[in-house]
Amino acid sequence: MSIEQFKNRNVSDDYFLVDIEDYPTDGWGQFKRVVKRTFKGELFVGLWVVLREMIKFDIHTVQYPKEKMPIGPRYRAVHEMKRLWESGTERCIGCGLCEKICISNCIRMETKIDENSRKEVSEYSINLGRCIFCGYCAEVCPELAITHGARYENASEQRAHFVMYEDMLTPIDMLKAGQQQEFEGFGAITPHEDERVKKTPLAY
Amino acid sequence: MDMAYLIETIVKIVVIMLIFSALAGLGTYFERKVLAFMQRRLGPMSVGPYGLLQVAADGIKLFTKEDIIPTNVVAPIFKFAPVITAATAFMAAAAIPFWPQFTVFGYTVHPIVADTEIGLLYVLAVMAIGLYGLLLGGMASANKFSLISAARTSAIFISYEVVTGLSLLAPIMIVGSFSLIDFNNYQAGGITHWLVWTQPVAFILFWIAAFAETGRTPFHLIANDHEIIDGFGTEYSGMRWGLFFIGEYANMFFISFVIALVFLGGFGDGGLMGALALIAKVSFFFFFFLWTRAAWPDVRPDQLMWLCWKVLMPLAVINVVVTGLVMMF
Repeated sequence: MSIEQFKNRNVSDDYFLVDIEDYPTDGWGQFKRVVKRTFKGELFVGLWVVLREMIKFDIHTVQYPKEKMPIGPRYRAVHEMKRLWESGTERCIGCGLCEKICISNCIRMETKIDENSRKEVSEYSINLGRCIFCGYCAEVCPELAITHGARYENASEQRAHFVMYEDMLTPIDMLKAGQQQEFEGFGAITPHEDERVKKTPLAY
Repeated sequence: MDMAYLIETIVKIVVIMLIFSALAGLGTYFERKVLAFMQRRLGPMSVGPYGLLQVAADGIKLFTKEDIIPTNVVAPIFKFAPVITAATAFMAAAAIPFWPQFTVFGYTVHPIVADTEIGLLYVLAVMAIGLYGLLLGGMASANKFSLISAARTSAIFISYEVVTGLSLLAPIMIVGSFSLIDFNNYQAGGITHWLVWTQPVAFILFWIAAFAETGRTPFHLIANDHEIIDGFGTEYSGMRWGLFFIGEYANMFFISFVIALVFLGGFGDGGLMGALALIAKVSFFFFFFLWTRAAWPDVRPDQLMWLCWKVLMPLAVINVVVTGLVMMF
């Protein structure tokens, strides 16, 4: 294998040099070029193209506040805190991994031992004003409790609005209505995962 | 001069002013819509049904915007310049018949403010004076880009006055009158009598010159978009800028009327169909102004000058000479 193959940067072999005529040097040549360009009718081609587009009426506008483009499942916008489907309790177990991995130090959580001697998250906040939406917290979460949602309109008048845990947590009535959107991005359970589970071989 | 004539004239002036001020506003709406459709967009959609009230929103914005007079400008001229552009645009309308004469309650109305014998000459002259608005506005602005733009504008306007005048000379020779009513009556015999068949070169030359006279793309050099700023109007804001705008759009409508009246038979024999045909012709020419803006790029100032002095003007002169020879023999 020779080096020439790697030096050829052309993506396809269909490239060709555009045939450019030499510029006229004398007055008569310039005059001929002017006449040729005048009666070539290229201006009417331009007129026809825009009129054709107007008649076809193939509008590509998305009227943004009313319509929105579909967004990919792996898009990393404002976080969502998920609940368990069966019991409705929060999935977060207070392990603190997201707080630890957060590279912009915007996640803060306080935990305590509750009366059933289980770990309970008493305070959880993400400062979205600092968050760079890198996705590490969602990636590191062992319970799929914190994920990224598709809500990218996170402008606000007050900084206090950027840390509201209640906004991120799935409301309990939405969960009961079965409207909690599972995260399909990185770390999510792939479809038909149940069928792929094998019994642990115990008969050693 | 009796009282009835005076009152009738004032009423006509007010009606023309109101209609064409409103049309100038609606013209911006149509321009934005047509350009948007040609570029696969929707254009204004939010204010009112299909964005129709966008005109009102723009008007409120322009009227209530602060009237800024920058430091170092020559204030009296700076303030007065937009008025020249808007006023001359509307003054030109005085000699244009917008509709065939009709009878209301036994009273015959001539929808032309003043049917003078020098109608066409008056229209061209007053439209040419409109240049002073742009020139003085740019010169008084204390902004070098406004000044450059004003100089470029005046150079183009003066050059294209030559083409406008010479191209109209041949039809004037044929008709033998400056009055636009006479032009219309000369072509009243139907589509075969239109001057565009006998004067196709003059028609195309005048049409091209109309783009330069109104400063529309491809000759949109009065506000050179490549400089990012708005040419002579850079320092203007609020309603003073709005006056420039109204003047430009009114000019587009009036020059469309002139083209339709001089070359395309105007309102024909004066019936209702003829009047509607005139509106259709004017609408087409106005639409064409918007159409070219979507389709064609701007030319450079030197190319524009080259086109004027080396192509259009000789063609216009040859056209006049040939017309004269044909008429003589």
